[in-house]
Amino acid sequence: MNLKELYQEIILEHGKNPRNLGKTDDFNKDAKGHNPLCGDNVHVYLKLNGQKIVEDISFEGSGCAISMASASIMTDLIKGKNEHEAKEIVEDFLGMIKENPKLNSENLKEDEKTKLMCLSGVKKYPMRVKCATLSWHTLVSAIDNTQEEINTERLD
Amino acid sequence: MNIDKIKKEFPIFDEKIQNNDLVYLDSANSSQKPKVVIDRINEFYSKEFSNVGRSVHYLAVAATNLYENTRTSVQKFINAKDKNEIVFTKGATEALNLVANVLGQNYLQDGDEVLITELEHHSNYVPWHFLRKSKNIKINFAEINDDGEVTLEEIEKKITSRTKVISITHLSNVTGAILPIKEITELAHSKGIIVVVDGCQGAPHLRLDMQDLDCDFYAISCHKMYGPTGLGVLYGKKKWLEELPPYQGGGGMINEVKKDRISYGDLPNKFEAGTMATAQVIAFDQSIKFLERIGIDNVVKHEADLVEYGQELLQKNNSVKLIGNPKNKGGVLSFTIEGIHPHDVANILDEDGVAIRAGHHCCQILHDKLNIPASSRASVGVYNTREDLDKLNDAINNCKKIFNQK
Repeated sequence: MNLKELYQEIILEHGKNPRNLGKTDDFNKDAKGHNPLCGDNVHVYLKLNGQKIVEDISFEGSGCAISMASASIMTDLIKGKNEHEAKEIVEDFLGMIKENPKLNSENLKEDEKTKLMCLSGVKKYPMRVKCATLSWHTLVSAIDNTQEEINTERLD
Repeated sequence: MNIDKIKKEFPIFDEKIQNNDLVYLDSANSSQKPKVVIDRINEFYSKEFSNVGRSVHYLAVAATNLYENTRTSVQKFINAKDKNEIVFTKGATEALNLVANVLGQNYLQDGDEVLITELEHHSNYVPWHFLRKSKNIKINFAEINDDGEVTLEEIEKKITSRTKVISITHLSNVTGAILPIKEITELAHSKGIIVVVDGCQGAPHLRLDMQDLDCDFYAISCHKMYGPTGLGVLYGKKKWLEELPPYQGGGGMINEVKKDRISYGDLPNKFEAGTMATAQVIAFDQSIKFLERIGIDNVVKHEADLVEYGQELLQKNNSVKLIGNPKNKGGVLSFTIEGIHPHDVANILDEDGVAIRAGHHCCQILHDKLNIPASSRASVGVYNTREDLDKLNDAINNCKKIFNQK
């Protein structure tokens, strides 16, 4: 997929109409993330139930189309998963966006993998990988309750 | 000025970049290289290589002469009084670090002030910031006006009795504003203030005359001047370079080394420690000859025409907002497009073969002031044409289409 196709797809799908944008009522975990190079900001809110299942997830933020679409797709996929599954999906996504040719997670259905793979075009642009991964790192920070703001310049 | 002919001197324009002809609008970041410069590096390494300096064998003497020839060429190009006022560095960044460091060691006192502007590139802010930390030096910022300029009046307003150094850009790499260096220097000198100029954008695009500008230091980036990377020039008035201590210690910069004392070499060796970027220096002579062959006044005229044309074109384009509208403007067109992040813009333009830069262009202070996280920037060089700017405008329109904008 070339970049224009990537843009067309994700902009049409998520950029103009992001899912789960806003602040979850009664959230019990949250974290902020910042990409100082692009100025992207994201704030992820989680509502976990007693079984540590993500009952609700949302995000607020501003930034480039890739960072916003990535956050939108992420919130869609994570809803309904438990903490452990969510972190495993994040690992899988980060692996794919950096080096792996495909997603391997057993916690994602095939159509969910297809949806996520539309971000794989970012790989060609190392500068933009940070845009795509910002919300995912922030999600882990929220789950782990680190209370630390994610800064993409201080990640590997 | 025959642009087609000039463009043919740059081998990169024979290449297809992602199957497109290259529209290179990122010369403020770094310029492309003419064949004469590329060939000179190859030739030097292939047939003439030796280190410069102490050795007495044939190749060393020949290389030393070539190295010193470039110094003389630079001196003439910028009309410095003395060839020993030309110091080679690894870049303009090192040149500015050198000045801040040695002035910090020897000249500035606790509580002194350095005046910079909101337009400055990080390399003309961060080195002074080090002094803020280590020596309690205060940094003041001259502010931009609505047109993205810093005026002489604004500089005058920000000078205090503690201002010891004014360190400013010659030509803003974001708004394109050309600062009145000569007038600022005259004012500064009347108050005993040293003037340091970041000439990264000035040197490739303006006629330089150090004796006319009269500034105390001027930093040049060679890779933005159709020259090799890894090389910069620091011009410094002889009295300062003689008075100030060396920046780095090592081979080449010493006179006598004993267990209990060391004396330093004469100018310019005193500031050129270790093996220098020999091949780059020698090839840089070709960059200067290239610019002189075209004629710097022709370069200035050509780029002014391009900027005017580009400005008109982008002003007519809905939802494109140009950053800054200085009366005296160099070859830089920075802009934002409503509703589309600059990084998205740059990536999409790239697919059409149009290479621009997006980001804060190492000017976070300026972008904070403008209240935007980033901007897109198209910048021109000798090889650009009006058609390149048409292609930029077309690519912007394609980008807007993708984002469903009119």
